[in-house]
Amino acid sequence: MTSTLSRSLWALAAATLSQQAAAQAKPFEGVTLNVMTFTGPQIAEPLQRRGKEFEAATGAKVNVITVPFSDLYQKLLTDWASGTNSIDAALFAPQWMPDYVTPGYLEDLSPRVAKDGKLKEDDIAPFFRDFSQKYSGKTYMVTLDGDFQMAYYRSDILQKLGKQPPQTWDDYLDIAKAAHGKDFGDGKPVAGSCIAKKRGAQSYWMITSVAGAFLQAKGTREGAFFDPATMKPLVNNDAFARALEIYKETTKYGPPNEINLDVGDTRNLFITGQCALTVDWGDIGPLAIDAKTSKVIDKVGALMLPGSRQVLDRASGKLVECNAQRCPHAVNGVNRAPFAAFGGWSGGINAKAKPKSKDAAYALISYLSQPEQSNVDVTIGATGFNPYRVSQFKDLTQWKKAGMSEKAAKDYLGAIQESLNSPNMVLDLRIPFNQRYQQVALDTALARYLAGEIDTKATMKTIEEAWNEITAEVGKAKQQAAYRASIGAQ
Amino acid sequence: MKSGHWRDWIDEQSGRLFIAPAVAVVLAFSIFPLGVSALLSVSRFSLQAGGVDLAFIGALNYRRLLLGSQQYHFLGTQGELPVWGGPVLALVVALFGAGFVRSMRGLPDARRWTAGSAGALGCLLAATLLAPLGPFQARAAALIEAADVPWFAWLGGVALSLVALALLLQRLAPGRIGIAGWCGRLLAATFTMVLAMLVIATGGRGGQPGSMLTTLFYVVGGTALQFALGLGLAMLCAQNIRGRDFFRLSFFLPLMVTPVGVAYTFRMLADMSVGPLAPLARWFGMGALTWAQDAWSARWVVLLSDAWQWTPFMFIVLLAAVEGQSREQVEAAQLDGASSWRVFRDITWPGIAPTAAALVLIRLIEGFKIVDLPNVLTNGGPGIATESMTLHAFIDWRTLNLGGSAAVAYMLLFVATVSTVSFFQFVVRPARGPR
Repeated sequence: MTSTLSRSLWALAAATLSQQAAAQAKPFEGVTLNVMTFTGPQIAEPLQRRGKEFEAATGAKVNVITVPFSDLYQKLLTDWASGTNSIDAALFAPQWMPDYVTPGYLEDLSPRVAKDGKLKEDDIAPFFRDFSQKYSGKTYMVTLDGDFQMAYYRSDILQKLGKQPPQTWDDYLDIAKAAHGKDFGDGKPVAGSCIAKKRGAQSYWMITSVAGAFLQAKGTREGAFFDPATMKPLVNNDAFARALEIYKETTKYGPPNEINLDVGDTRNLFITGQCALTVDWGDIGPLAIDAKTSKVIDKVGALMLPGSRQVLDRASGKLVECNAQRCPHAVNGVNRAPFAAFGGWSGGINAKAKPKSKDAAYALISYLSQPEQSNVDVTIGATGFNPYRVSQFKDLTQWKKAGMSEKAAKDYLGAIQESLNSPNMVLDLRIPFNQRYQQVALDTALARYLAGEIDTKATMKTIEEAWNEITAEVGKAKQQAAYRASIGAQ
Repeated sequence: MKSGHWRDWIDEQSGRLFIAPAVAVVLAFSIFPLGVSALLSVSRFSLQAGGVDLAFIGALNYRRLLLGSQQYHFLGTQGELPVWGGPVLALVVALFGAGFVRSMRGLPDARRWTAGSAGALGCLLAATLLAPLGPFQARAAALIEAADVPWFAWLGGVALSLVALALLLQRLAPGRIGIAGWCGRLLAATFTMVLAMLVIATGGRGGQPGSMLTTLFYVVGGTALQFALGLGLAMLCAQNIRGRDFFRLSFFLPLMVTPVGVAYTFRMLADMSVGPLAPLARWFGMGALTWAQDAWSARWVVLLSDAWQWTPFMFIVLLAAVEGQSREQVEAAQLDGASSWRVFRDITWPGIAPTAAALVLIRLIEGFKIVDLPNVLTNGGPGIATESMTLHAFIDWRTLNLGGSAAVAYMLLFVATVSTVSFFQFVVRPARGPR
């Protein structure tokens, strides 16, 4: 196995040096890889493009199978759980690892990663190395994409309004209100804020992005979904109520039918100059400099998610003013909690795949993640890949080559780095059945709240009851242990 | 001697033997999955190391849908009782009472009226006890609480009393309707009254219909609209007009498009900020029309897109039926100076009624399966407003809540069966006329 691996790596090295050398080597001639991911174009695009290169270099055939995002978790799990095993590897969410690792469907990649020099694992930012790739201490996935949410603003609009980039959610609302419905010179009124609020899409991440700063102040280990000490859901208190109200108020300054827009729609609106503010993953950065579609080149600023001057007092469930003790990580009295929503697309391998296929699959995933490929791919908006390697923040050449101005690059990468270095990062929920907590219970309640079917109080009560029901059904002790392990609570 | 005996036996059994392969296929592909999903609906499904774990949890999944944490999702949320609630319920009860009375033709009036009102009131009582939401919910709940028997005993009790009522009605009105016939009628009546109570409970201020009523809205409203449009177009295209073939073809085209395609097309068309109709909408001053944010407008958009797709089906079959009727009768009537409405009412309609009834039945069964349109158009939103039962089951299934999903699917099977069988018995059979 080791010899095959080193041979494959050698082949990859050769491929980049000379096409001919690779043509002779072809270590995976005759291997067909079925790799599943979601219907792109993001993620599927680099996989297909790089897959072709990989085919040419190694002789393996890469079949990319795509399914809609909302089906990915289920399709993949069914294939592996039912023993069909038609899928050798997949690019999916590290958030789902508990449901995949516990029954033993994912291959432990630790030994391979340890021997893989070209992967340059040290270069992957610690957050992704420790939280996205690993589950209970072992590496099961290789990060290909750095994901957490940030706020973006139109620097030209803020300048015209005479406002500073938002530090708190109140600032955010203030700017959204001031900008909403005004025409800033391109003949069309902009929306104050564009946030993906469609049901069954990304809205449950957006609410956590708002709520994070109100819920968590003492660092990642404090947790923002449950109280790790009692497993009581943190969704029925004044902090969550405030987050819901802010979330709903942004709808007032949103584009028409905002509650039917997913993140693809809001991105389009933002880069075509129709929004003053938005909350999104890192994708806006490279998309905004794409000359073909973007109307906001060099007019976009990025920053860490806005924060709050008040945080939740867990004993009373009330909001209290920040002080040095309550908010040790606050800057200028503002507590901020960037949210590692989703965790970044990563590659994992089916533990039941044929040994040769596993080797080829690992070589492919490693190839995608190696700096030579990845440093280019993260600067292309269409890939959906966002920076996750230390070198990608330090070295601006690729970004400038892609068309970003020095100022924009520094601003964008600075916001990412600032979030990544934050000790108060909110980790996405990573316990068994997290899909049911978030994609079903939270998402449905949120949709009903936005539609005005239920009020703030009823929404919080509904979510709390639904979460408690799932926890009780799966087993409270088990879930609590999993939650504590996921955030590293002591 | 022995072989002759064997041969006789084969001859006797030949019918069964010939049909056996077909039965095996039906068992394997239809009954078996049905059985497995029934098992799933009373279990909790989870993936474990080396396989799956099915834990028996009884009717928990159903209880959640009807009485527990998923009630809002499936049945809806109860609001204030609307003013039209009482009259509507009274109307439904009266309708069924009148129906019962009618089906006992030939008996003395006094007996018919007693039996009819006893039947309708019995159903109302059963519906009151069964409806988890509705005007009498609090009182029924108190009664159930006071009696302190498990829920399945109530279900059994209601079923038994309906059978007893059927027996009584059969004794009171001995005639062409047997016990089974009465049981069916009473079941249909009870179910309709439960539905009426649900509509009343969720239709008032602060109320929200769940996926069951939304599905019925799509099915009943959609089929009615499609039928009306289809019949209208068929009548027009049966005329001798210029460009007839062109119209026939173009009216038929939407049927060829896959539902997901229809949904995406409609999503584009209905986009009032960037869609192709946006300038038109702005010109009419409706630029800010946000249909997706209002529950009823979103439901109507789903219903209209469904109608756009399925009207052609109605159209093409009804056109065939209209053209199949005898020309002589129509011409004779026209010669006698009958108005075209008269011709339609007395000649065309009776001619096409059996076809129309069967057609609506097919669409009803089809309509219950609506899933792609709300899924693509609104993802079931705003809130859960446009979620059909199939989408409800699909969303559960997507997150591996197979038990909950199977329970929704079984409720759908029940609702669809009762509705279509009732439609068949009460509309299709009478339309075919006495045999």
